[in-house]
Amino acid sequence: MIKLVGFWVSPFVLRVSWALKLKGVEYEYIEEDVFNKSPLLLELNPVHKKVPVLVHGHNVIVESLVILEYIDETWKQYPLLPQEPCDRANARFWAKFAEEKLMKNSWTAMSSQGDEKKLFLQSTLEDLEKIEGELKGKGKYFGGENLGYLDLALGWITYLVPVWEDIGSITILDPVKFPCTTAWMQNFLNHPVIKEDFPPRDKTDFYFRTRREEILALVGSPSKG
Amino acid sequence: MAASDVKLLGTSPSPYVNRVQIALNLKSIEFEFLEETFGAKSELLLKSNPIHKKIPVMIHNDKPICESLIIVQYIDEVWTSGPTILPSDPYDRAMARFWAAFVEDKWYPTLKELRMAEGEEAKTAALEKLMEMMTLWEDAFAKCGKGKGFFGGECIGYLDIAFGSFLGWLKVTEEMLEIKLIDEAKTPGLAGWAERFCSHEAVKGVIPETEKLIELLKKFQAMAKAQSQN
Repeated sequence: MIKLVGFWVSPFVLRVSWALKLKGVEYEYIEEDVFNKSPLLLELNPVHKKVPVLVHGHNVIVESLVILEYIDETWKQYPLLPQEPCDRANARFWAKFAEEKLMKNSWTAMSSQGDEKKLFLQSTLEDLEKIEGELKGKGKYFGGENLGYLDLALGWITYLVPVWEDIGSITILDPVKFPCTTAWMQNFLNHPVIKEDFPPRDKTDFYFRTRREEILALVGSPSKG
Repeated sequence: MAASDVKLLGTSPSPYVNRVQIALNLKSIEFEFLEETFGAKSELLLKSNPIHKKIPVMIHNDKPICESLIIVQYIDEVWTSGPTILPSDPYDRAMARFWAAFVEDKWYPTLKELRMAEGEEAKTAALEKLMEMMTLWEDAFAKCGKGKGFFGGECIGYLDIAFGSFLGWLKVTEEMLEIKLIDEAKTPGLAGWAERFCSHEAVKGVIPETEKLIELLKKFQAMAKAQSQN
């Protein structure tokens, strides 16, 4: 039996469950309380102690992008990565960029205040401009006509950024500035596999409001931003 | 393949650039090495990597590929004759990718932390963290290498390249702080591997000598100090 250890709102977990569903691979999902880590998680991922963890027979694989490639190489139906080496390199490049820049910058823009917030919001918009450029002329998805690796890697944008905008009182996904990204989001959200496996908006909102308050309390600033 | 079909933009002391050089050497691919000058990014670099403006960039048939590990995978996927870099089994590939990511995400930042630590307390804390990681590496070597000479088994592979390219800077840290990170007694597997890796045909002459790297580091530190005082 294939097992996926995850956390309901984690973008790193969701991309893996989406990949498995796209490939029609059945698995058992085990919800982990990441704030109170289980002995199972610590045993499966002693190095990082994080979700997601994929267990496939004797194989234990961690790190979501590593897991995506493992899934793509193990189950050949519905290929996630493109065929051509330069397109594969391109997909890997943008997935890394989104992780290292866009995600960090938008999170910080949401959870900070004052000048720091302005700075990170500016960086977020610059990052998104680059992603927008990458989408031009692509078709429905980054993967073309079908959802692929890069769509899954960037899928978190569709459910985290709208919530972060709300909570952080910021505007990121302006449809006038980012028409391709806006269209891509609609296509992504309407995909049958994604629709079925999507964190509820109210629960996500509550979760991140609480996280933001905790962060601001640590920083020692008032929670009104 | 003519040398002009493959260009590599980089600097020789960069372990990220070294990764690509080693991968190209392994596949016997001729390439033109375009050395960037420190402190001044060339037009070609800025044009080829507008997003990060960083080396290495490999240009193949006029198409730029960026990010060292992405370039190494690209090399493996394009030049399919000759030695393979990534293992063939999906789980072995996942392990190689996992540990390669560990180099950038945890290990190298901790090595830098140790080198730049000020005061005994900070140094001791960083050293403890790093030594735990060296134990992890020793275990990883046993698991991935399966008793053979390299992380890739009989031959040099992806993880050897990803980690081994940092041996120069590891030795710099050992020498400057008078410590042993790879130790024949504590990490015998790694000790043997490091020697085999550095003397491999594809690696010889790529990673600069420790003395040269130390000289360079001192130059940078002086430059950084001068800049911060201006």
